[in-house]
Amino acid sequence: MRKQVAVMMVMMILSLPALLGAETLPPQVGASLPDMKIQKPADSAGLKYLGLSGSGTFSADQVKAQALMIQIFSLYCPYCQKDAPNMNRFFSLMEANPRLRGKIKILGIGAGNTSFEVNTFKKKYKVEFPLVPDADFTIHKIIGEVRTPYFIVVKLGGPKKREVVYSRLGAHEDVEAFLAEVVRLTGIQQ
Amino acid sequence: MKRKMVCALLMMVLLATPAFALSDAYKGNIYEVGKLKPVDSVLKVKVGEIAPGFTLPAVSGRKVSLADYRGKKNVVLSFVPAAWTPVCSDQWPGYNIVQELFEENDAVLLGISVDNIPTLYSWTNQMGHLWFEVLSDFWPHGAVASRLGILRSNGTAERAIIIIDKKGIIRYIDVHDINTRPPLESIILQLEKLRK
Repeated sequence: MRKQVAVMMVMMILSLPALLGAETLPPQVGASLPDMKIQKPADSAGLKYLGLSGSGTFSADQVKAQALMIQIFSLYCPYCQKDAPNMNRFFSLMEANPRLRGKIKILGIGAGNTSFEVNTFKKKYKVEFPLVPDADFTIHKIIGEVRTPYFIVVKLGGPKKREVVYSRLGAHEDVEAFLAEVVRLTGIQQ
Repeated sequence: MKRKMVCALLMMVLLATPAFALSDAYKGNIYEVGKLKPVDSVLKVKVGEIAPGFTLPAVSGRKVSLADYRGKKNVVLSFVPAAWTPVCSDQWPGYNIVQELFEENDAVLLGISVDNIPTLYSWTNQMGHLWFEVLSDFWPHGAVASRLGILRSNGTAERAIIIIDKKGIIRYIDVHDINTRPPLESIILQLEKLRK
């Protein structure tokens, strides 16, 4: 009997990649973002911006903000490269607005990117918000192996933990419109 | 104890799946190849040997010879298995934004695959304007890859990085697991070693 259970468990585990590959969907609006262990930024500015300290991993819930925008990107993604100035502008607009500053934070997660690759991207495009690696695709797999760039906005500290209010593939040429949409969806009072 | 074993098995299975984060730049045009045998060839060259010479046509219209760089530049050969496939499409665009890292190390990058020029032209156009030459080892099919011992049994090349110094000597070979991308730092680190 124990042997049968063991065989069944192995079979289930072996079928997981197919199941995960076929059925893990990107985060759905209205649902909770899975609680993921995200690598902390290596630089003190990145840590300070997110309201974190030390090293290791963190959960989105620990970010000091009312909402968090996660950008899934890659050094190897031409659209992410092209979108980098837009993202910088998005960040600048938020930081320049005293009614938004500190309320919505941005975090880039480099899918399949090492620390070196993430830092190369950060340096190349002079990205001021934190970018962290997901070298072994752990987070990328949890969120349904989305194409890049992919954006997820979650509300923090509400009745529903990490409530997803935006989850979509694609870059944003109209930065102002994107920011207005994010503000509206998060319900942040300006 | 059992729980630990199940977790370990689960991690092994998750890590065994091919992993890539495909850019939206390719839309739905990438052909899924699934998990492949990590390496399917036997190297015919080794570090310390003179690299076999070659001349190949480039997407730019030029004919590029390894000899062009002798005494002038270190050469990084980046072989990828096939155009329009997942991991390959997720590799050269990264190199495309770090031209200065190659230049700082007095190196050129040559991208090579066994696809023909029209295919490489269409595929690399999706990556933006590439600063490096992309060469076609299509005909005689895979002749350069074969001479190096990195032609797979199905006629595609391995995912391989070969670094050749200014004297034409092979200084680094990474015949990488075809299912994963070599990290950028592995190339840059090797180039920096050439400077020392």
